[in-house]
Amino acid sequence: MTRDDALLEVRDLRTGYGASLVLDGLSFSMGVESVAVVGRNGMGKTTLCDTLVGFLPASGGEVLLAGRRLDGMAPETIARAGIAYVPQGRRLFPSLTVDEHLAMLARRARGRRWTPDAVYELFPRLAERRHHGGADLSGGEQQMLAVGRALLLNAPLIVMDEPSEGLAPTIVDVLVEIVRHLVAEGVAVLVVEQNLRAAVRLADRQLVMVSGRIEAQFTGDELLNRPDLQHRYLGVGSAAPAGAATGRRHTEGE
Amino acid sequence: MTPALTDVDRAIRRNRAAALRRPPVLVAAVVVVAVAAWVLLLADGTPAGAAADDPGKFLVTALDAVTFAGLSFVAASGFTLIFGLMRTVNMAHGSLFLLAAYVAIRVQEAMVGRSRNIDPADVGLLDWVVPLLAGAGVAAVLGLLIQQVFLQWNEGQEMRQTLMTLAITVVLADQMLREFGGLAQRMVWPGTVTHFFSIFGERYAATRLFMLAIAVLIGVLLWLWLNRTSIGMVIRAGVDDRQMVRGLGINIRRVFALTFLVGSFLAGVGGVLGASFAGAAPGTDGSWLLNALVVVIIGGLGSLKGAAAGSLLYGTVVAFSPAYLPSQYSYYAIIMTFGLLALVLAVRPYGLFGRPA
Repeated sequence: MTRDDALLEVRDLRTGYGASLVLDGLSFSMGVESVAVVGRNGMGKTTLCDTLVGFLPASGGEVLLAGRRLDGMAPETIARAGIAYVPQGRRLFPSLTVDEHLAMLARRARGRRWTPDAVYELFPRLAERRHHGGADLSGGEQQMLAVGRALLLNAPLIVMDEPSEGLAPTIVDVLVEIVRHLVAEGVAVLVVEQNLRAAVRLADRQLVMVSGRIEAQFTGDELLNRPDLQHRYLGVGSAAPAGAATGRRHTEGE
Repeated sequence: MTPALTDVDRAIRRNRAAALRRPPVLVAAVVVVAVAAWVLLLADGTPAGAAADDPGKFLVTALDAVTFAGLSFVAASGFTLIFGLMRTVNMAHGSLFLLAAYVAIRVQEAMVGRSRNIDPADVGLLDWVVPLLAGAGVAAVLGLLIQQVFLQWNEGQEMRQTLMTLAITVVLADQMLREFGGLAQRMVWPGTVTHFFSIFGERYAATRLFMLAIAVLIGVLLWLWLNRTSIGMVIRAGVDDRQMVRGLGINIRRVFALTFLVGSFLAGVGGVLGASFAGAAPGTDGSWLLNALVVVIIGGLGSLKGAAAGSLLYGTVVAFSPAYLPSQYSYYAIIMTFGLLALVLAVRPYGLFGRPA
């Protein structure tokens, strides 16, 4: 699946720990849209995120953002080139207050779409808690701060790893609204989710990851209404087939 | 595992750890109370005598403790700053301390126009401040050079970095012996601060308070730098999670270089203060590296607050032990330092303000 308007293109990406490959020839591409990567535990979803942002070195393949190769670059180069990251577990800085999390990035954000003030406008709750430490926030507030921090990079692509993890349903609603809002503003969002319901709400396209590759892609409705597909790819729901599979096997050049 | 279970696990682990530390906390409390009672009421026959009988001596000892703590803080703050961010135990910290002292002494001699028996009356404030900046500047540049030439290629290899800085220490010690000789030398305080005043009938040197004032000033400036500037916030964030800082587009190598520069500058300022306070000689590098290590182990590696608290505790033990141990035992004052270390580590294994790496 290669698109002419691709913002992010991942080709034959390989990453491993020692001798074992976790990403094994993974390919996909996306434009300015929201895309979710779903899959069972241990399929390499977080490894994919960490490789995209340069936390893990790729052992093969290519990552291109707007045509520029980013694989093999340092995390700071990749972030500046335009991939912002909301990692699993948020990874806030316990020594810093909410305000300081944003202030440390304020200079480069000056005069652009997302400044600390714009983030506070988006998340008024954070403004109320601006002098609290990152560790004193509720799970939802922590996620808002992690998203706000990523927004300050003013990047064309935001990668979110398990953003709904541990969040109350109302907070997930807020997250969904923000992702939609970002896409409407021209920011692409790549979400990695284990929670299928959240993934379907967060993204228009669902890429299914199996053993380090993208095996298939579906729309949210397809995946939600087909327990057999859920069972086959995600290990949940019933195995009973509900008609012919309409999901497309994901192959290069599709 | 669900998040709820993880939280329960964490709580159980926390409780178990807290239970394990209860006996040491009790011991520490008993020790503190016993020491206070000893110093206040029972210390007859010690060089200072019971504090209740001789409050003047007590006050002077307390001032000694705080002023020595000031010097220790300056020496240890740069050390802890570098360790906190880079996880490098910079064994060359003592060498930078001593080199700055020697350089400052030479510059002061050149400015005053005499090489020995300099009278403080001939030393203006500038004749002390300019050598201070020169000595600390040389230490800062050398520190940056060490970081750029040797350490940045071995990022993340802490043991290798530590051994390299240890090797640099040996080389520098030899070169300094060749260049500056083996005799103890002294930086002369400016005449304006060299006088004595009287508290409770005890004479006290104003230079010690001057040294404390500089330490406080440095502490305040460092605090402002780390807490009120964006680069300071980046450094603190880097202490928490270096990789995530890089993931936000921040070039951590530049931050490392700046931290090494500032940390080495602080080592230099400590060296010049130390040379004014107690002189500089071969071996001073090792003893001040040890002082800095003790302070940061007590306070917790990587924490500025820890460096301040560690310096105060260390200064207290260093000043009070010789004054309040029975005369025939005051030789054993150094052992008290290790007692303090053992006690703090038993109660807080990562130091007072330290966190697991």
